Amino acid sequence: MAERQLMTGNEAMAEAAIRAGLRAYFGYPITPQNEVLEYMAAHLPQAGGAFLQAESEVAAINMCYGAAAAGVRAMTSSSSPGVSLKMEGISYLAGADLPCVILNAARGGPGLGNIAPAQGDYFQATKGGGHGDYRLIVLAPSTGQEAAELAGLAFDLSDRYRVPALILADGMLGQMMEPVTLPPPRDPGTLPPKPWALTGAKGREPNLIASFALEPTVLREINVKRYARYREIEAREVRWEEVATEDAEVLLIAYGTMGRIAKTVVRRGRERGVKVGLLRPITLWPFPYAPIRTLAERVKAILTVELSAGQMWEDVRLAVEGRTATPFYGELGGVVPTPSDILQEVLRYA
Amino acid sequence: MPKGKVVVDRERCKGCGLCVAVCPFGVLDLSKDYNSSGYAVVTAVHPEACTGCALCAQTCPDVAIEVYREKAAAGTPTRGAGRP
Amino acid sequence: MPEAETMVKVFARPTSLNEKHFTYCPGCDHGLITRLVAGAIDKLGVQERTVFIAPVGCAVFAYEWFRCDGIQASHGRAAAVATGLKRANPDLVVISYQGDGDLAAIGTAETIHAANRGEAITVIFVNNQIYGMTGGQMAPTTLPGQRATSCPEGRDVATMGHPLPVAEMIATLAAPAYVTRQSLHDPRHVAQAAKAIEKALRYQVEGKGYSLVEILATCPTGWRMPPAVAHQHVADVVTGAFPLGDLVDRG
Repeated sequence: MAERQLMTGNEAMAEAAIRAGLRAYFGYPITPQNEVLEYMAAHLPQAGGAFLQAESEVAAINMCYGAAAAGVRAMTSSSSPGVSLKMEGISYLAGADLPCVILNAARGGPGLGNIAPAQGDYFQATKGGGHGDYRLIVLAPSTGQEAAELAGLAFDLSDRYRVPALILADGMLGQMMEPVTLPPPRDPGTLPPKPWALTGAKGREPNLIASFALEPTVLREINVKRYARYREIEAREVRWEEVATEDAEVLLIAYGTMGRIAKTVVRRGRERGVKVGLLRPITLWPFPYAPIRTLAERVKAILTVELSAGQMWEDVRLAVEGRTATPFYGELGGVVPTPSDILQEVLRYA
Repeated sequence: MPKGKVVVDRERCKGCGLCVAVCPFGVLDLSKDYNSSGYAVVTAVHPEACTGCALCAQTCPDVAIEVYREKAAAGTPTRGAGRP
Repeated sequence: MPEAETMVKVFARPTSLNEKHFTYCPGCDHGLITRLVAGAIDKLGVQERTVFIAPVGCAVFAYEWFRCDGIQASHGRAAAVATGLKRANPDLVVISYQGDGDLAAIGTAETIHAANRGEAITVIFVNNQIYGMTGGQMAPTTLPGQRATSCPEGRDVATMGHPLPVAEMIATLAAPAYVTRQSLHDPRHVAQAAKAIEKALRYQVEGKGYSLVEILATCPTGWRMPPAVAHQHVADVVTGAFPLGDLVDRG
């Protein structure tokens, strides 16, 4: 049964995660994601799941590693400095092929930065913030509704491919209250089985979970197999939204909160007769290189807009490969540009 | 004295000598026999003196020793078996 | 082989161990502790419920030696991994096997908080006063004056701190069910350590909560001592710095 409720993005993601069958959540307080931790404390035990406030983000991600190994849907949430602390654990999750969902309600950085919305964690999320050759599935919601939907999708994709999934949100999305239609709850018992999980070696050979292989050729083989799964994800799981791209002369590319603001830019631009469109990546990894490349053949310019100094911009330029102009507009430090600011920039290329 | 016998898994033995030091009867000693890892393995140089007390096996860090004892005395607990 | 009619086996390999060889150096107590843990699993009949957590350190391969499910934890985080496993599935019997660098340096926070929450896990703490795997550097438990590759003149407590009394620290907490320090320097102590490990595991099975068994172990390679001399060193010196015995027993 669909239910429409007024809730913050953080609450929407937390409730959607529980409904997706989450049964183990471990977190540590940090602004602006505390509502996720608090929501889990209040609601996950009622749903039959384990909630624990950990002693640190490092402990929380390693608790997720243990719970994921036990075969349950596991999740942690944090914000930028805390996600940095989780990076070692995320690398181990990736290296052990364990599914897990990590939510980053990103804030201004680097260092302690501030608690305002920012997108400076794109590199960390998509390029491997931890050590070693690995990928995370990275989902970037732009509304409370989409946040709820992607929270469920994150678990499904993470389980299917045994690749950790990171939801890259930000403080604005997390704090904003909107009507959200929630998906119906799912019974974890109906989810696909995990024969690799550590459930006790009863009537079967022991299951072992590790990211350790001292012999180089063995480790190479493990990595090659994992990369085959990454290629499959790249082929099947790229998600993006296009707005008014059919006749666009200037194409905006923006994700998350910035993608939402960019939609307003498109609407206002179109009202003024400016042929501006938007491509909004929903999966940041796998990144929508192909649709951007296609559009690059026919637009005058592709303007990347981010709450950073230009991180996704690098992927956009990799996609475009010089087919058209690729200017950039960004804000730093948690400052969020207005639609008017961006429209001014669009007009320079229209 | 019950009669015992030790069986050393020569490929597991690393020749550390802890069993040699702990045996109360001087049954064991390092040999000139090297296993495939290059360790000089332990052997029973005085097998006739073995009582099957299993102190050697209790001490072996590589679980390389199994101990047998004559049936009549086999009911005697090995754990905590004291020195004679 | 002895003749089956006249001889019976009085010491056999624990059934919870598979046939793989340990990767420890000759004479290292790690192997003995691994065998004692397997013996306790056998005795309690929990092989089919057990998850063995291997640390980073000399025991990094240990999850491969049991006929039990196993998992490899990142350096110091085994207690957090154990927490996740146990909270996700309380029916599991979770054993965290950790060395002194892992448990008492990089993993101190996870260690203390898991103990303080009374997580129903069994922690085997191998205190050999050195970082063995990485080549013999100073550990948090290295004795005053003891030489290591990163304190070649010996540990100077004025600048490098004192040996960390882990069992005593954990024993100050309200939650743990069983905290003990054991040694392996002679067969009597091996037998006592075996009983302690068994008790720690039994308390978990009985739902009594958290146990920590600190075991004074040798590192003949890192200490540059023959194995038997190393055991004598434990008896003469190490047990003086780290007194043996039960510190908490709330069974």
